[in-house]
Amino acid sequence: MEYEVVIGLEVHVQVRTKSKIFTSVGVGFGQDPNTLTDPVVLGFPGALPVINREAVEKSVKVGMLLESTIPEITKWDRKNYFYPDSPKNYQISQFDQPICEGGKVEIELPGPSRNIMGEHMWVELTRAHLEEDVGKLNHFDSDSLVDYNRAGTPLLEIVTEPVLHTPDEAWAYLNALRNLMIYGDISDCDMEKGQMRCDANISIRPVGQKELGVKVEIKNMNSISGVRNGLAYEIQRQIQTAKAGGAIHQETRGWDAAKNVSYHMRFKEESHDYRYFPDPDLMPVRIDDAWRERVEGTIPERPFDRQRRYYEDYDLPFTVTSVLIPDPELCAFFEEAAEASGEAQQSANWIVNNLLGELGNAGLTLADSKVTPAHIAELVGLIKEGAISKNIAKEQIFGDMFENGNMPAAIVEAKGLKQSNDTGELEPVCQEVIDANPGPVAEIQGGNDKAINFLKGQVMKATRGKANPSLVDQVLKELIDKKG
Amino acid sequence: MSDKGSIDIDYVANLARIELTDEERERFSSQLGGILEYFDQLNQVDVSGVEPMAHAFQVENVLRDDAAVEGFDPETAVKHAAAKRNNMVQVPKVVEG
Repeated sequence: MEYEVVIGLEVHVQVRTKSKIFTSVGVGFGQDPNTLTDPVVLGFPGALPVINREAVEKSVKVGMLLESTIPEITKWDRKNYFYPDSPKNYQISQFDQPICEGGKVEIELPGPSRNIMGEHMWVELTRAHLEEDVGKLNHFDSDSLVDYNRAGTPLLEIVTEPVLHTPDEAWAYLNALRNLMIYGDISDCDMEKGQMRCDANISIRPVGQKELGVKVEIKNMNSISGVRNGLAYEIQRQIQTAKAGGAIHQETRGWDAAKNVSYHMRFKEESHDYRYFPDPDLMPVRIDDAWRERVEGTIPERPFDRQRRYYEDYDLPFTVTSVLIPDPELCAFFEEAAEASGEAQQSANWIVNNLLGELGNAGLTLADSKVTPAHIAELVGLIKEGAISKNIAKEQIFGDMFENGNMPAAIVEAKGLKQSNDTGELEPVCQEVIDANPGPVAEIQGGNDKAINFLKGQVMKATRGKANPSLVDQVLKELIDKKG
Repeated sequence: MSDKGSIDIDYVANLARIELTDEERERFSSQLGGILEYFDQLNQVDVSGVEPMAHAFQVENVLRDDAAVEGFDPETAVKHAAAKRNNMVQVPKVVEG
């Protein structure tokens, strides 16, 4: 029997704010345990929550990026459960009036190869709601220790409809969502720091069956590729179980990335009855037109829209755009260089091939770069006007520029690298090379055009790369013809 | 919990992760049952002409600006914990359940 896989994802994204969602103590990662706490975070009696405007505003922005409906009124509810990560014995979340309803995300599936753009599709969303993150349990041999630093960090849970069918689609969705969050300045979505976390609901059903199969939830997939691997494993496990005549149980399973297996955590019967009710400590929030318009004004161009613009305006190839697009700062850097030089493709090539390579080798980020868009533009300009060859730029200028931040024209000047465009200077050098290499010259005269490359190489060597290669070609040909 | 004023006390105790003595089961059943009865009473009020509301006071947008302040020092944070170690709250080894 053939099976169809149905996947829905619940993604938690920490919304970047300075303070917690319901109180003024700061947020952070990696601080000493329980230093980011106060009476509200720890749920001390009498402590009252007050909503952080920025958390609401950024969530509205997320809703707009996801093309959700932002309701006029949104409110918060208590989700009741008893577990040490939640000192109040409830989590403040949203039940029936979430901040974002519906929505959709454009995704790009992996292409047939890395050089070819994959198919695009849209993933439909159910909702996104704004809640407080919970504390973190650290497990030891004989006890568990709770650190509440993370508790109260604004957390947006973004839920898809059960519309995904393959691990690749889930992978593509997470990448697209992360790019949107980065573009919107919502979160860096660093999964290692828990800024983005993903749970998946997976079921299989015989092809053609309408009802969904028994749903299994997978947790603890701590990277985007972890989600892809975890889903692939779980799909195989379910199909093999079904084919062997076994039953798939409604359960929660954890993903063990080291062993590459999922393991049973609990059955659904053991799961919670959350008994939601409106939080009496919090008043509803009305998002009026003026507020909406203000947030609307901060919505950036979306990543795929920017990519399409790069194709249309700059004629950049997919491979180059796929390096630039995920990083909005890199895109801004490129756009500035392209604007200043008027040479988008050349600028992009220098940035993607040379600058990123050097930064990678040096273990630096773009923010550390001494090379600015003005450096790239000037370098591209010098090559375009024939002042230097690409080789000189690569071998003798770029490294200097990268190390010391010197402008390319100044480096050319200081090192005397200006390309020789003077035929008068080139002729004697070319003549010398011709005289010293009768063999290759004879080959050229015999009709082997390629042999000229050897002579060109000799001239470039003699001029330490400063000669204009096309001019060398021309002078050599003229001299050999004359010799004829 | 469908019967008027009756509550499945074992179910609620299980959700709250607490064990009850027979005497407590009896007492809490009656107390919580009383609360449910009160809600049954509220449910009888005709609210067909009343807009649904999330709060008794029609106050909206109680918001604060996003400015961070210092929190507790960790010793204070765990001062009232029944058990603590390394400035963290110590609990029996738990696996999410």
